[in-house]
Amino acid sequence: MSKLLTVSPSPHVHSSDSTQKIMYRVIYAMVPALIWSVFMFGIDALRVTLIAVAACVAFEYLIQKYLMKVTPSVTDGSAIITGILLAFNVPSSLPWWIILIGAMAAMGIGKLSFGGLGSNIFNPALVGRVFLLLSFPVQMTSWPGIKMAAVDAVSTATPLALIKESVKNGIPIAKVQGLPDLTDLAIGMNAGSLGEVSALLLVLGGIYMIWKKVITWHIPVSILATVFVFSGIFWGINPEMYVNPAFHIMTGGLMLGAIFMATDMVTSPMNPKAQIIYGIGIGLITISIRMFGAYPEGISFAILIMNAVTPLLNYYIKPKRFGGQ
Amino acid sequence: MLKTFKIGGVHPPENKLSKDRKIEVLSIPSAVFIPVAQHIGAPSTPVVKKGDKVKVGQVIAQSSSFVSTNIHSSVSGTVKKVDFSADSSGYPKQGIFIDVEGDEWMEDIDRSETLVKDISVDGAEIVKKIQECGIVGLGGATFPTHVKLVPPKGMKAEVLLINGVECEPYLTSDHRLMLEKADEILVGIQLLMKAMNVDKAVIGIENNKPDAIQLLSEKCKSVAGVSVVALKVQYPQGGEKQLINAVTGREVPSGALPIAVGAVVSNVGTAFAVYEAIQKNKPLFERVVTVTGKGVSKPSNFLVRVGTATSELVAAAGGLPENTGKIISGGPMMGRAISSLDIPVTKGTSGILLMKEEESKREEIIACIRCSRCVSVCPMGLEPYLLMTLGEKQIYDRAESERVMDCIECGSCSYTCPSNRPLLDYIRFGKGKVGQIIRSRKK
Repeated sequence: MSKLLTVSPSPHVHSSDSTQKIMYRVIYAMVPALIWSVFMFGIDALRVTLIAVAACVAFEYLIQKYLMKVTPSVTDGSAIITGILLAFNVPSSLPWWIILIGAMAAMGIGKLSFGGLGSNIFNPALVGRVFLLLSFPVQMTSWPGIKMAAVDAVSTATPLALIKESVKNGIPIAKVQGLPDLTDLAIGMNAGSLGEVSALLLVLGGIYMIWKKVITWHIPVSILATVFVFSGIFWGINPEMYVNPAFHIMTGGLMLGAIFMATDMVTSPMNPKAQIIYGIGIGLITISIRMFGAYPEGISFAILIMNAVTPLLNYYIKPKRFGGQ
Repeated sequence: MLKTFKIGGVHPPENKLSKDRKIEVLSIPSAVFIPVAQHIGAPSTPVVKKGDKVKVGQVIAQSSSFVSTNIHSSVSGTVKKVDFSADSSGYPKQGIFIDVEGDEWMEDIDRSETLVKDISVDGAEIVKKIQECGIVGLGGATFPTHVKLVPPKGMKAEVLLINGVECEPYLTSDHRLMLEKADEILVGIQLLMKAMNVDKAVIGIENNKPDAIQLLSEKCKSVAGVSVVALKVQYPQGGEKQLINAVTGREVPSGALPIAVGAVVSNVGTAFAVYEAIQKNKPLFERVVTVTGKGVSKPSNFLVRVGTATSELVAAAGGLPENTGKIISGGPMMGRAISSLDIPVTKGTSGILLMKEEESKREEIIACIRCSRCVSVCPMGLEPYLLMTLGEKQIYDRAESERVMDCIECGSCSYTCPSNRPLLDYIRFGKGKVGQIIRSRKK
């Protein structure tokens, strides 16, 4: 025998799965909600998404190549996910240059300053989104009306913003004008950021990801259950001042956050017990902000806060060891 | 619902290419190299020298302590030399080279095929005979069997578990043995039960071997106390702790032996060897070895004399395929890649797997995305991503408190990692270092 044999430690076989495949599955899972956004907000939705994706991929490439001087890893698909998620979190009317700034914040500050894929502490898309929300509050909260519903697209408020405003002015929930009903919210017939409007399609994407073993049920279910129970308690005490829990579940970015952003592998805990605690934390903080905070919506901040707690959860919460503790 | 172990596990493609191939007796090679360390524990001491004539079954190296065992000649002929040569670990190990002349067996070995069912010896004699006959765990761990049969003070065995799981992909030697030597295995199980003084034995077999499950279940009906449990296919179910958990629901505590939960585990191959030792007076010098691989023209199961070079087995299975890139002694999950075809079959060699060039290379390593799959597949409930980093950064005290010593090195973490990270490589490294630290502390 002339040629050399490979000698390496076991195991000698590897599953056919890869990080790239996982990333692309996440992208497939977002496609239904993306199509719906185009249907709802017109070609503007597509414009925002394409700019965001292209910008995220480009910033990752440029920063890795010229600032970090490492081999760019844009082919792994993670920058595309960040781009889509960033687009999903902004209004469809956002000007292109604001999107670019958001993409730069997401990739540069959120991801690459920590070392790139796998090293970031905070969800990059949310870093981008919150950066924009704080820097451009007006543009980030001007929601174009639904193309299908209104003849002229006018600026409208999101359901959560309507509620926040009325509660501030002491108007009972039942009297608030222009609130969509639950069916509309489920399908996505309401104003909001690109990807957050259709609860059903987001759930569909979540089911696909659970089926393909990209995520497990622990994080989304614990967030949604916490939101339901926590907001349900307040609603039970005073239904005049607090909306019913189903409304909380279906509105704003809750589904988007619970299914696509809180489940980001890099920034969420590594074992089921810790994931449930993380999910409960996100649920509690989200509802606290929605009910008592200055912003109508709280899921972005809630996820970022719990991202920061993730290393601590990984340190203290251990998986069930074989053979007891 | 089929039983299985409770934590973790993976299911690699089974690729049992040789499952329908009957066990063939491999022709005796012209020379053998028999290492004196074929078991866990102290290497045996050679008792032959250059020029000595030996017979098949003759002791050529003697047990040197309690955790050790005898080594017997697998051939008849002349001792060429006692020297060092590589075994499957790749390191030179002491062993005995014998040039084969004929096939002359020790006179007291019963070479007939007759099934001997009646057990005429008592428990202590069985244990003694097992030790004399050089029997070790044939599942791959090669722990001397007589040691397991004598529980430490204050502990009592309640149940004997027989491992017919064969969870490693490709390997079929245990499967074939169960189909072809079922009666002998059952007598072997009864002998082990008598030696341990237990009245219950359970044979665990994965559900991908329905023929073996059916055959043994049928035969067990006439044997008091022995039953078969069908298990869900899940790697590493053949691991001792996982099998105990799957069958009895008990968890062996961290750092403890199976006897702590009243269980002793033996492989079906070991049970067969025990039958031959006690009923036929035949020491352990041959075993069934699967020779397989996607490029192999005749995937086979051979009955092979210990010390036979790998090249002989490969030739009998149709020769070395042109594009062979890696040769593994054992299965693809826990086996060892060997560097040469000269390496001999030993008591622990369950298979020879030839991998094609394109299967033999590892994929490019990329960053950990903290997907936590390694955590969810770890059958010991450990956090491989963390243990890898602790090994890499040499933070041994933390590795110890994160229970690196519990790792059974099954490789499920590396197998499943979507970023192709060499988790087990670093964990093994860390485990080795932590083991050293623990041992030096005890001194």
